[in-house]
Amino acid sequence: MPNMSMKKNPMPTQDPVVRSANFDEVALGYTPEMAIDEAKRCLNCKHKPCISGCPVKVHIPDFIARVAEGDFEGAYQIIALSSSLPAVCGRVCPQERQCESKCVRGVKGDSVAIGRLERFVADYHNANTTKWPDKIENNGHKVAVIGSGPAGLACASDLVKKGYDVTIFEALHLAGGVLVYGIPEFRLPKSIVQMEIEGLKALGVKIETNTVVGKTVSVDELMDDEGFEAVFIGTGAGLPKFMNIKGENLKGVYSANEFLTRINLMKAYRNDSETPIQRAKRVAVVGGGNVAMDAARCARRLGAEVYIVYRRGMDELPARKEEIEHAEEEGIVFKTLTNPIEILGYHNPDNKRDPLNGTVTAMKCVEMELGEPDASGRRKPVEKPNSEFTLDVDCVIMALGTSPNPLIKSTTPSLETQAWGGIVADERGQTSREGVFAGGDAVTGSATVILAMGAGKASASAIDEYIKSKNQ
Amino acid sequence: MYKILEKTPLNPTVTKMVICAPRVAKKAQAGQFIILRTDSEGERIPLTIADYDAEKGTVTIIFQIVGATTEKLNHMCEGDCLSDFVGPLGRATHTEGLKKVAVVGGGVGCAIAYPVAKKLHEMGAEVHVIAGFRNRELVILEDEFRRASSKLVLMTDDGSAGKKGLVTEALKELIESGEEYEQVITIGPLPMMKFVALLTKEYGIKTIASMNPIMIDGTGMCGGCRLSVGGKTVFACVDGPEFDAHQIDFDEAIERSSMYAPFERKAHEDACNLFKKEVE
Ligand SMILES: Cc1cc2nc3c(=O)[nH]c(=O)nc-3n(C[C@H](O)[C@H](O)[C@H](O)COP(=O)(O)OP(=O)(O)OC[C@H]3O[C@@H](n4cnc5c(N)ncnc54)[C@H](O)[C@@H]3O)c2cc1C
Ligand code: FES
Repeated sequence: MPNMSMKKNPMPTQDPVVRSANFDEVALGYTPEMAIDEAKRCLNCKHKPCISGCPVKVHIPDFIARVAEGDFEGAYQIIALSSSLPAVCGRVCPQERQCESKCVRGVKGDSVAIGRLERFVADYHNANTTKWPDKIENNGHKVAVIGSGPAGLACASDLVKKGYDVTIFEALHLAGGVLVYGIPEFRLPKSIVQMEIEGLKALGVKIETNTVVGKTVSVDELMDDEGFEAVFIGTGAGLPKFMNIKGENLKGVYSANEFLTRINLMKAYRNDSETPIQRAKRVAVVGGGNVAMDAARCARRLGAEVYIVYRRGMDELPARKEEIEHAEEEGIVFKTLTNPIEILGYHNPDNKRDPLNGTVTAMKCVEMELGEPDASGRRKPVEKPNSEFTLDVDCVIMALGTSPNPLIKSTTPSLETQAWGGIVADERGQTSREGVFAGGDAVTGSATVILAMGAGKASASAIDEYIKSKNQ
Repeated sequence: MYKILEKTPLNPTVTKMVICAPRVAKKAQAGQFIILRTDSEGERIPLTIADYDAEKGTVTIIFQIVGATTEKLNHMCEGDCLSDFVGPLGRATHTEGLKKVAVVGGGVGCAIAYPVAKKLHEMGAEVHVIAGFRNRELVILEDEFRRASSKLVLMTDDGSAGKKGLVTEALKELIESGEEYEQVITIGPLPMMKFVALLTKEYGIKTIASMNPIMIDGTGMCGGCRLSVGGKTVFACVDGPEFDAHQIDFDEAIERSSMYAPFERKAHEDACNLFKKEVE
């Protein structure tokens, strides 16, 4: 009998007051009973609209049917046919804009909680798998994967399972890309990412960290000197943007990337960390996406009063709905329709050596209103005349989006890129260079984990075909 | 893991290490740097490549003990391994076509100036080196510099070695005596480089300064290393580390470099105390 409740089973979470002082995971996950009860809300409709909303076409009604029967491992196996990172995607996908937005139950009432069920199933599988998969005998064909974010991990995973000898080259000291340096522990525990990576290693994937392709070794050297027959570039879009307003180089102004990297990758939130981070009192985070929410919620956890400063309105915030709700519950103040124009700093006129010289004291802002829709169809924010005001803050975090790093482009001859830096590649990842494939944020600009993962999988199958056809 | 093959103290606070890092050694060029972590909990710190041997697969670093990480590094021994060592990062020094150059180094900055001087000297350029230190005890690489230059002027604050005075005084004297440098390359503490730049600006001599701001990734990903050069924001790790010294906003760089000074002081004290306890 389907469960006809209009409401999703709520996700158990840590209390907002408690969690805004720790970095432990906020959402605690469904119990088996909750999962079965929620799964029974699925009507298993014939035309399965949810699948059309999923970028990698997970067989959603099928896995949910298994959950309803209590066959959680069976459900996992169905998801695993289409997704390589379910424990991650169940936590970070913007489901309200993808699968769940198409759910028939959502017409009247809440959609089925597909994301929460995916997470439950993946966590169940991880908790009940005691043995690493066996190493797969490789076929001697070498493939290099550059970057270890979701695109690279997914590509490596599919290729190693097809028998290739895969090496991942990662610039940082730790594999995982944005999943380890960007998205915070309280949203995506690092142990989950670690588990995915250990799983890949068990299958035989080699990971060379501390290798900046374009500096330490070039794509050409990998192919010509080291015998890699194909290369997948999944280097993400890691270059931070600034606003180019006055005061942006004051002490206390961070890019979100720097702030989050210090906290997530370098663990600066721990008292015993060797990497410092400013313990600010009042923080303004400029931007409205997931990155801004993550930076704001990290700053909150370090004890600050936090403002989100965003030039459009609440309805236009591009972040996942759940993150906005969680941020609000944690006491983060949303100053929407607000745009910074200058950051003000302290300078002691009598003492050039005052250690406080050059530190942030406030941010000058203007109020905005929404005008005509622009090229993207979104209403363009315009400045309200005479609306200037200052916000007293001692730290400003710029979360304005990122673009692809030019390092690979500048060292790989005849690799075509867009004017804004994205690598030109078709839907299967083929670039302008034979044997070189690319996918994820490096091709699309900042997007989502699931799209990056999907692109990695598409390239894996294209690489397989390419190598097979070449060796025929 | 990256093995420490050799460790040599150069003076009481400066140490030289030769590290096994074949990939880095193969690509390294003068002026570039590496980022290392001593262990899996360590901080990432940038250090300039002081020398390299592509055949042996080794990279030499020279560091001054200034904080917790360099303190820890200095307690590591030959045979120990660094957990991370990534590079070569940044752009190499432009040396092409230079015929007569003054290299002005201060303190441990001389370790960075040395490979640059050596490269220029090997290319056949006339190289004058002005090396400044606080006192005789802190002088490093004197013989190396002598071999890599046609003139070495050693300066100390107290006159205990070489001449007493600042590197800028020595540079001024050389310029005034008629030496015509196409370029000055300066590497050392920020205030020193600032004053070298002010001096050479007066004489209209092109000057390059090697910057060493706070960094994390070293690949252009965090922006923590940003500087103002010619009114524009640049990232030292990918756009530098060398820039036109007359365009650098040194005052801003000096302020930014002190961002974590209290934290670093405390961390260094803690590290020293820890090592003391181990000895007791
Ligand atoms: C703070 C933050 C929060 C986010 N939240 C969400 C969310 O909730 N939901 C969602 O779906 N998406 C979210 N995203 C976006 C999502 O994380 C990215 O779209 C996704 O990670 C892109 O994957 P990728 O594999 O293309 O690149 P990345 O994850 O960026 O990985 C690229 C990797 O390549 C490495 N690399 C770069 N250059 C080189 C080189 N030259 N040599 C070797 N290695 C190199 C990098 O170090 C990095 O490890 C968020 C992003 C950020 C920054
Ligand atoms: S060190 Fe991060 S951008 Fe330069």
